[in-house]
Amino acid sequence: MATKVHMEALSPTMEEGQLVQWLKAEGDAIANGDILAEIETDKATMELVARGEGVLRKIFLPAGGTAEVGSVIGVIAGADEDISDIAGVSGGAAPAASPEEAAPVPAAQTLPAPAASAPPAAVTAPAAAATLPVSASNGGRVKASPLARRLADEMGVDIDRVPGSGPGGRVVKRDVEEAKASGVAAPVAAPATWASDGAEYEDIPTSQMRKAIAKRLVTSIGPVPTFYLTVDVDMGRVIEARKSINAMLEKDGLRVSINDILLKAMAAALRQHPNCNAQWHDGFVRRFNAVHLGVAVAIEDGLITPVIRNAHAKGIAQISAEVRELAGRAREKRLLPDEYTGSTFTVSNLGMLGIHEFTAIINPPESGILAVGGIVETPVVVDGEVTVRPRMRMTMSCDHRVIDGAQGARFLQTLQVMLEEPTAILL
Amino acid sequence: MALMTYRAALNEALREEMQRDPDDFLMGEEVAEYDGAYKVSKGLLDEFGDKRVVDSPISELGFTGLCVGASMAGLRPVVEFMTFNFAFLAIDQVINNAAKMYYMSDGQFPMPIVFRGPTGAALQLAAQHSQACETYYSHAPGCKVVTPATPADAKGLLKASIRDNDPVAFMEGELLYNVKGEVPEDDDYVIPLGVADLKNEGSDVSIITHGKMVHVALQAAAKLDKNNISADVLDLRTIRPLDMDAILETVKKTNRVVYLEEGWPYAGTGAQIVSMIQEEAFDYLDAPILRVTQADIPMPYAKSLELLAKPSADRVVEACNKVLYR
Repeated sequence: MATKVHMEALSPTMEEGQLVQWLKAEGDAIANGDILAEIETDKATMELVARGEGVLRKIFLPAGGTAEVGSVIGVIAGADEDISDIAGVSGGAAPAASPEEAAPVPAAQTLPAPAASAPPAAVTAPAAAATLPVSASNGGRVKASPLARRLADEMGVDIDRVPGSGPGGRVVKRDVEEAKASGVAAPVAAPATWASDGAEYEDIPTSQMRKAIAKRLVTSIGPVPTFYLTVDVDMGRVIEARKSINAMLEKDGLRVSINDILLKAMAAALRQHPNCNAQWHDGFVRRFNAVHLGVAVAIEDGLITPVIRNAHAKGIAQISAEVRELAGRAREKRLLPDEYTGSTFTVSNLGMLGIHEFTAIINPPESGILAVGGIVETPVVVDGEVTVRPRMRMTMSCDHRVIDGAQGARFLQTLQVMLEEPTAILL
Repeated sequence: MALMTYRAALNEALREEMQRDPDDFLMGEEVAEYDGAYKVSKGLLDEFGDKRVVDSPISELGFTGLCVGASMAGLRPVVEFMTFNFAFLAIDQVINNAAKMYYMSDGQFPMPIVFRGPTGAALQLAAQHSQACETYYSHAPGCKVVTPATPADAKGLLKASIRDNDPVAFMEGELLYNVKGEVPEDDDYVIPLGVADLKNEGSDVSIITHGKMVHVALQAAAKLDKNNISADVLDLRTIRPLDMDAILETVKKTNRVVYLEEGWPYAGTGAQIVSMIQEEAFDYLDAPILRVTQADIPMPYAKSLELLAKPSADRVVEACNKVLYR
């Protein structure tokens, strides 16, 4: 008897699944319980097992394709059995009840079967696994105290990645605090590798999890679900660096500003965190290889963001000269369209207007903007002593469809390290 | 400040309030000629006479009903129960009349009446005379429940209870009567009902408790201190009305809670408070709240078993370590 292979609900909230790969080919003999394919759900990659035996006669959904839960994505039948009536529904939704089908298993019932019987390896991390929660092997449930969850949210710690020290591996307050502390202590994350040198950008197909995040968050907060991360930076070393740079440039009659050094650091930091140098598009996230920095410039009756192209490849003096030149023409409203479009990330600095801290609004389709306040002499505790330091606050607005809290936080951490020790920009 | 026993503090409160308001009177078994079973009313008969300090027959339902009627008629009775274990006989008057009269009469009859006496276990008084009775009274809306732990609280809270226009179950402890402490000498030392008191200040874990158990909590806090764990000991002082603000403050500070009570766990005071904490401070909890209570059995008579059935400082320390994941 022919058995239809359905896209099953492999997570409680799964609405559609992406076929990662078929582990059986058309013509392969299939035993009941064989693993047919890997399916990426909105949470993890799960195995789809055969619910009949015979031969995998037909595959309707190729690898990489997406199908709704309930769709028929293949047929298992006897080698010579006539499956023409099933082949006719290829890819369509499963009929409510089909007489030839041996008691279709309801989705809710099929869910626990693979999870319960299969070893942990059954839930394999997909190729682009770095962003998937380790807890996926836990069925997506992280045991954490309510306080730990709240603190993790506030600190920008990804609770899925925090090892729990409480009973049964429960993540508790001290674990989140340690994760946060060790994250700060950890060296700057290794630069991410670029897909292909020379390419302007790379489009990464949105995973089911990313789709679920995007879909749910926009229903909550609007088309660009924004959250904010703030970091407080000691600017003493940048001020020193600026002095020595300007001493060197004096003979050329040039001067760079703190903001120019900030732009350089941002470009370098974004190169290390390509997930923040990205745009949300329907169906994929576009990650840029180059960093094109938008610099918000206030002009009469408005604001415009001239773009420093390939800022990551330019020195501070060049960035400084370009900013000056572009901002000047921006105020005269003489910018050409390609001089104020195509930025991959934007910075807005209101420090010179006496603002200590603010939030900026993301300019779509970019996914981040950094709001920079002024440098303020502030009493801080250094090595147990209260001392006055030049401090600067930066708040990053992040599009949660593209950037998760911990990702944004790591980018800010890198940027903070670069500003507090500008030689890190050279790394 | 004067150093005095819990017993003497209660006596002072009664005396001062009876001097202050001629409508106050005390009734109970052996409160007059014998100065009270625990000598709380010592000297009051001589000072106020037998119209205001009245020995009753051994008939709890009868004299409690009499006092409820007197309260409806405008007097301000203080009913002494030799122990709240005997007051089960009278609880119909307390719950069905005193606690409901103000509501059922649409406010025509305020019920200024205090039911006072010891609650909880002493030592080897066996199953029928060793019960912590707070929850019977706090369960029904309309009755306030006060459980002072120290002489100062006993005085300030009894004065407040007598002045209150609602029925108050004022629950003392046989083992508390000889506890000594500093008591303000002010005639107007009144502690408002519904205000908890932080009896020990710490930062790692909160022990929330009331009544006699405050002393057990303080012993536990001292033991924890030796291991460098500092505990907040929050004495609720009144169970109704409840000082939820103080509870939330300590929960938000330490994120870990042990509730200690003398009574049984099932539908106990702790059950109610734990429920309220998780409703209002869920995101502040780093561990499930644990309770330390009497074992869920009638109190054994055998001394060794009784000690095992009662909450102890060691059990509180154990629970604190658990919520601290130690």
